[in-house]
Amino acid sequence: MANKVIYAVYEDPEVLKSAARKLITAGVNVRDVFSPFPVHGIDPILGLKRTRLGIVSFMFGVFGLSLAVLGTYYMSIYDWPMNIGGKPNQYYYQNVTGFVPVLFEFTVLCAAHGMAITYLIRNKTLPGMPARNPDPRSTDDKFIIELRTADNQHHAPEAITGMLRETPVFEINERQC
Amino acid sequence: MNFTISKRARTIPLALIIIGLVMAAFGFMGDHTDHKQYTWAAFYANALFFFFISLGALFFYALNHITETGWTILLKRVFEGISTYLPWGVLPILLVLVAGSIGLNHIWPWMDARTVDISDPLHYDAHINKLTPYLNKPFFWIRVILIMAVFVLFARWFRAQSLRMDGETGEALMRSHWKTYMRSVVFILLFAFLSSVMAWDWIMSIDVHWKSALFGWYVFGGIWASGMITAVILVLYLKGKGYLPQVNGSHIQDMGKWMFAVSFLWSYLYFEQYLLTWYTNIPEESAYFFTRNNQHPWLVWGMFFINFALPMVLLMSRDSKRSARYLIGVGIIIFIGHWLDTVQMIMPGALGPHFIRIGILEVGFFVAFLGIFIRTVLAALAKAPLTVVAHPFLEESVHHHI
Repeated sequence: MANKVIYAVYEDPEVLKSAARKLITAGVNVRDVFSPFPVHGIDPILGLKRTRLGIVSFMFGVFGLSLAVLGTYYMSIYDWPMNIGGKPNQYYYQNVTGFVPVLFEFTVLCAAHGMAITYLIRNKTLPGMPARNPDPRSTDDKFIIELRTADNQHHAPEAITGMLRETPVFEINERQC
Repeated sequence: MNFTISKRARTIPLALIIIGLVMAAFGFMGDHTDHKQYTWAAFYANALFFFFISLGALFFYALNHITETGWTILLKRVFEGISTYLPWGVLPILLVLVAGSIGLNHIWPWMDARTVDISDPLHYDAHINKLTPYLNKPFFWIRVILIMAVFVLFARWFRAQSLRMDGETGEALMRSHWKTYMRSVVFILLFAFLSSVMAWDWIMSIDVHWKSALFGWYVFGGIWASGMITAVILVLYLKGKGYLPQVNGSHIQDMGKWMFAVSFLWSYLYFEQYLLTWYTNIPEESAYFFTRNNQHPWLVWGMFFINFALPMVLLMSRDSKRSARYLIGVGIIIFIGHWLDTVQMIMPGALGPHFIRIGILEVGFFVAFLGIFIRTVLAALAKAPLTVVAHPFLEESVHHHI
């Protein structure tokens, strides 16, 4: 049996949400949803797991802080102690007040960049990567539900399209995959 | 739904007031080298702390109006409740300021006329003499009256307006909302200026030889943080009693976020002020930190740790901001942290070397003021419906979801 992929195109995020809810209650497996902007409240409907990006960000922050501690220690205490305004430079703890801005900034830098880059890699949306959305209109004003017959062996494809037709759908596209 | 004060919530504040006063009396009779001054300063620090809480709540309330924030509308009465302490809170401060002006206490060295009398070489202080155009009693009292009048009048007006809006609908409600918006803009502008002036006059001029351009903001950070923490604790208390049924996890999490964020604001301002002074190391600037961070390192750095590191670590995750018991626990710890902050602003400056450690006197006044504060706030909450009846954003707030 040829596997098909069905794209149901909607014009409104609220309509998409109610359609997705209806499909999922009927036991249909929704593969993905494409929208021009994040649709509020779609995650619990699709049963998506909570993002772990916060944890990644925290780990990048700790990494940045450690690196900054190491850097300031090596550069300004160990390798070449500098006398700035007569501040103590014999031990790290005596001078750590002066390093706080660097520690803070470097922590923020690493946390923010690490989080943003991880996000782009995870979504496969780094600059230059091929676009994965099936329909360019989903970046403009259309909201698209993607279903695959391979995920829904116990539903006939016609039954799924039938269910979609009952919702205020804009259009339904089918494609072999 | 209306709030009724439970029997326990009626007796506990009374007990707190009595216990606090007994403790303070013990502290007063305890052997201090300068116990009159000590008592005034401890009283003043606590009076300020609770005044700051209600001022912080009032500020956040007005801020929500000028940003037209929707989700806080369900919690509007809680902030109003906290700000009803403000008219009472100015009275003990006024008492200390009057006492200082007529020489009953010596918290503000510049109030002593001998410091500007050049014929009295023992007490004459050239630096204070130079400051007389600003720090003189008539001008000081004009500022005190202005600051107190503005804060009290706005607090009372906001409360009255909110109660009026409960009975309005349609056009009239929108007009009232717009009026509140405009008044909030005026209040925030006045607050921006007067809160700094207040910090200079009431607190910074205790250490009259020291000046910090950042001090007003640092005090403001503390005002906002302690107001926010109190609001969070109060909301969770009411929720635990079964009130505020429409307040959901998203509201609580957003309140927790504010607590987290404002703790950072305070830490940032405190540390920036410290860092600049540490770096430049000019004697007249570092004198302030010498009497605090050097002579009471455990008090000051412990306070900084509680107010900065604890909320950062403990409130970072989403789950921590959604658990009521956890949030109340952390909230109470930071609440005490900000009390320590207010105490270390006043006591070392007012007492100098006579301030050894926090004693029964400070704690006693704290307990007594806490009793008065809880009583006033709960009484105000019981007077009106706990959630507003009508507001243009009420629906938005009910459906708040993040």
